[in-house]
Amino acid sequence: MKILVAVKRVIDYNVQIRVKDDGSGVHTENVKMSTNPPDDNAVEESVKLKESGKVKEVVAVTIGEDKAQETVRKALAVGADRGIHVKTNSYIEPLGIAKILKKVVEKEKPDMVFLGKQAIDDDCNQTGQMLAAMLNWPQATFSSKVDLKDKSLEIIREIDEGLETIEINLPAVVTCDLRLNEPRYASLPNIMKAKKKPIDQMIAKDLGVDITNRVQQLKVEEPPKRKAGIKVANVSELVSKLKNEAKVI
Amino acid sequence: MSVLLIAEHNNKNLKPFTLNAITAASKIDGDVHVLVAGSGSEDVSKEVAAVPLVKKVLHCDSPNYQNYLPENLAPLVTKYSEKYDHIIASANTFGKNFMPRVAAALDTSQVSDVIKVNSPDTFVRPIYAGNAFATVKSNDKKKCVTIRPTSFEPAPKTGGSAQVEKIDSVEVPNFSKFIKREETKSERPELGTARVVISGGRGLESGENFKLINDIADKLNAAVGASRAAVDAGYISNDHQVGQTGKVVVPDLYIAVGISGAIQHLAGMKESKIIVAINKDGEAPIFSIADYGLEADLFKALPEFLSELNKLNTIQK
Repeated sequence: MKILVAVKRVIDYNVQIRVKDDGSGVHTENVKMSTNPPDDNAVEESVKLKESGKVKEVVAVTIGEDKAQETVRKALAVGADRGIHVKTNSYIEPLGIAKILKKVVEKEKPDMVFLGKQAIDDDCNQTGQMLAAMLNWPQATFSSKVDLKDKSLEIIREIDEGLETIEINLPAVVTCDLRLNEPRYASLPNIMKAKKKPIDQMIAKDLGVDITNRVQQLKVEEPPKRKAGIKVANVSELVSKLKNEAKVI
Repeated sequence: MSVLLIAEHNNKNLKPFTLNAITAASKIDGDVHVLVAGSGSEDVSKEVAAVPLVKKVLHCDSPNYQNYLPENLAPLVTKYSEKYDHIIASANTFGKNFMPRVAAALDTSQVSDVIKVNSPDTFVRPIYAGNAFATVKSNDKKKCVTIRPTSFEPAPKTGGSAQVEKIDSVEVPNFSKFIKREETKSERPELGTARVVISGGRGLESGENFKLINDIADKLNAAVGASRAAVDAGYISNDHQVGQTGKVVVPDLYIAVGISGAIQHLAGMKESKIIVAINKDGEAPIFSIADYGLEADLFKALPEFLSELNKLNTIQK
């Protein structure tokens, strides 16, 4: 079996976001970038399935500018076999990304596509589900446990009420939650080896799909700031403030 | 043109967040129609019809929709979306699961997690874990929108009498199967809608120590939340997680205990009206957004807090 795993380059989750004064977006110059955290879980799960012997090949794909290749290299360094970089210099909405991934799926013919459940930059939570719909495949979102069977996947999903177990036939799309696994770190020898693994290049606009953005970003602004609070000396002062000042208890 | 909202329910009762989404839908267009797809879900369709803001209910009852499998639900929504300009659902694990499938089928770019409706095509949504707000305009003819429920008041539940139209189910693909759902049962209020929330983080050090949190929750009639660190460490189940990839809560009072305040956690609670932080590390980022900060050892402060609350002798409902 074969897995295609999608990774996205985003502003590192530890970076304090700064909104541009002109309202056009957020600062990305000289800002640390890394792989979208749940995408790391998607890579880890793919590699684990390969190590279990059930999966023969893991192909990592990213869509973005040249530097996005770093995310594919990282996937290769932890065990993916080869990479695909679909090049674009502009922002593409999840709908367009899903269309591009569909093209890659048609070419690669994987049995499963793994993705992170959500990107921490635009927080859309759409791509995996859209890809599944376009392929007419079943999906498992928010996956926190993946059990690969002969022709299906049994998956535990994290839902608002607790946990849900589903079984979906292959081929299928799986979006991964942060609790699915503990992504490993790449060892230095594996980072060196990964440099020799092939990364195929494609150009997004040459794939013959409509990737025009339909949602126009009018402005980006800072959220309203909270007024600075106070420190209380002890528990009884806290309770008195909550009762008499804030009137919430 | 009218809006079509997809109701979330458990085949017996409407889930409360649907009422918040109805409020948001009514700000887009007054002609709000609600699709109830379920199995043995007659009561839900009646409950929705009684909501005054709802003008019409489309009710599809079939075993295919018993467990809201997105592979089954999305084709139904897609089919009945024809007459509508907007398709709407809550931005929770229910709406997030099926709506992008509808959007893909309609070749529409979905607008996720809307916190404000400026006009029928212009919305405000948080990005970067709520560290920026984007105002976006959808240029698609048909718009798929998910609503952050806590950003809108729930619609009044009674007094209306919308017409209920029975609609036919559509063919389902039969490639996904529901097996089971393990819901965390609790006597406490629901995390998403509770007036008071008390959350614990890694500072609690164990699942057993959450008893300190639970005792106060019982006293304040509060819901119990947690940081991702506490859930990852296995102290408490995932449905308690507050944050960017967990639940977003906007209670009147949010008490963060032993939580340092990573931006991913703040994303889920910083709109709360009053925030209290109890942490032994005076430099913890949580203090920068807390209205009242108490720098203290939680293992001393929490029992003391409980006894002070008991002295007040008020029953919180």
